[in-house]
Amino acid sequence: MSIDTETAARVAKLARIKVDPAELPSLASEFNAILGFIEQLSELDVSDVEPMTSVTPQRLKRRVDAVTDGNQQAKVLSNAPDAREGFFAVPKVVE
Amino acid sequence: MSDLNKLTIAEARDALRRGETTAVELTEACLGAIETADALGAFVHKTPDLALARAQAADARLKSGDAPALCGIPLGIKDLFCTEGVESQAASKILTGFRPEYESTVSAQLRDAGAVMLGKLNMDEFAMGSSNETSVYGPAVNPWRAAGSTQNLTPGGSSGGSAAAVAADLCLGATGTDTGGSIRQPAAFTGTVGLKPTYGRCSRWGIVAFASSLDQAGPMTKTVRDAAIMGAAMMGHDPKDSTSADLPVPDFEAMLTGDIRGKVIGIPREYRVDGMPEEIEKLWADGAAMLKDAGAELRDIALPHTKYALPAYYVIAPAEASSNLARYDGVRFGYRAELSQGDGITELYEKTRAEGFGAEVKRRIMIGTYVLSAGFYDAYYNRARRVRSLIKRDFDEVFAAGVDAILTPATPSAAFELGKEVADPVEMYLNDVFTVTVNLAGLPGVALPTGLNAAGLPLGLQLIGRPFEEGALLNTAYALEQAAGFVAKPNKWW
Repeated sequence: MSIDTETAARVAKLARIKVDPAELPSLASEFNAILGFIEQLSELDVSDVEPMTSVTPQRLKRRVDAVTDGNQQAKVLSNAPDAREGFFAVPKVVE
Repeated sequence: MSDLNKLTIAEARDALRRGETTAVELTEACLGAIETADALGAFVHKTPDLALARAQAADARLKSGDAPALCGIPLGIKDLFCTEGVESQAASKILTGFRPEYESTVSAQLRDAGAVMLGKLNMDEFAMGSSNETSVYGPAVNPWRAAGSTQNLTPGGSSGGSAAAVAADLCLGATGTDTGGSIRQPAAFTGTVGLKPTYGRCSRWGIVAFASSLDQAGPMTKTVRDAAIMGAAMMGHDPKDSTSADLPVPDFEAMLTGDIRGKVIGIPREYRVDGMPEEIEKLWADGAAMLKDAGAELRDIALPHTKYALPAYYVIAPAEASSNLARYDGVRFGYRAELSQGDGITELYEKTRAEGFGAEVKRRIMIGTYVLSAGFYDAYYNRARRVRSLIKRDFDEVFAAGVDAILTPATPSAAFELGKEVADPVEMYLNDVFTVTVNLAGLPGVALPTGLNAAGLPLGLQLIGRPFEEGALLNTAYALEQAAGFVAKPNKWW
């Protein structure tokens, strides 16, 4: 599998990271180096192996479905780059 | 007492109880050492006022007689841990100015035990790196130098600041985190002890997430005994982390008898990699001989899927990272890019993330995005998770056959030069070749120094234990530490 600049641009878009078009060729070549390394995995026959979902055999614990926290609006907003009137502020989303 | 910062945690604890020193004196000694050690780049956010306030409180508690082992012990905290009111940046520009309103469970447990936080420690950005060079603060520097050289060496990564601070006696111990080797590789590079506990032992709550199925916090200390003391204080069940293990944490220190007679130590043949330097070969053979002399039985073992661990890791870790790091979008915390006229929400995300993340982090997010994208999910991500099952099965079979612990080198080399041009990112990834299997299998592993190379740089070995049996693992490490008698310290140049 070889990644071209078009694929690199698509991945950058999916990841919401702006990439200068001039940097796409070197990005694609880095991806290819890493994916070439990963390609070794295809040597193995894994058809009868389950994908690991949890490294320890424990079941996830359950708790009572009840509110345990809340009423912390000021703390939630305290690190926002732009907070106004109790909300996070962002550029206009809907025209 | 002089040079209080050079004490081990156990020595300081005992001196505090005998009234020979105070938490304030210990803390002042460390703060003084930190003040003259900026050249090491270890402490990136210093909290001297907070430290002295906590030290005074610790002294009061010690006087009242109600003091846990870590009460009054000055520690450094990796920048990956959220600490209330104190910058917690994961060494990234994108978390510039972030001061959490809460404290991570692990650092809260240390705080509540009376430990004194001296400040936050340097690391690779979002714990992604093996040389501390991806940090927004610039790299931490290894206190060790090759004999006759003034070349700066890496303290390793990602917990490079933690390792440098402990090795240089700027603190008595430090927290680290380990996703693929980030505690054990820096420990090996700096002549210190690093324990990665079993997955689930330490709560991940409040630790900036990299790869959630692999991340695990652990202690970085001067001795195995200190790792036992500090490790126990960091562990324990936490309802806020659904993967946290609800198991009692034994008194690891009480298990350090040094008696390993009859224990079976596995020597995995697959860890003898091509091009391994002779000094590492010899270190490994010497370590095995020491364990045998201490009464252990050596056994050649096979872990046949070892060579697939790094490629599997470089699918799984970036995949999880791409998901975890989606939260950095310039809206709720940290850095936000300047926008141009007409820019909308998409430009806000794309510019913020382009400017806020460093090159290696962006690379991994995009690799993760790719392996999870439609059409590639099965070929890459699911295949890697199947291979992960095979890697864990290798270990399960070896332990079921009666092996108590596995001895391997910790790193394929001694500390390398900072600033060396690395054209191929995969070359850097190879640093984790001996450590990454342990994360994929969720096992406990400890790195400890057992020798110096010809240039006088420390080299470390790794012991891997059975899940949730850190006590037995640390006892084997303790026996090896006693036999190796590693006492060398770096010559102060900073």
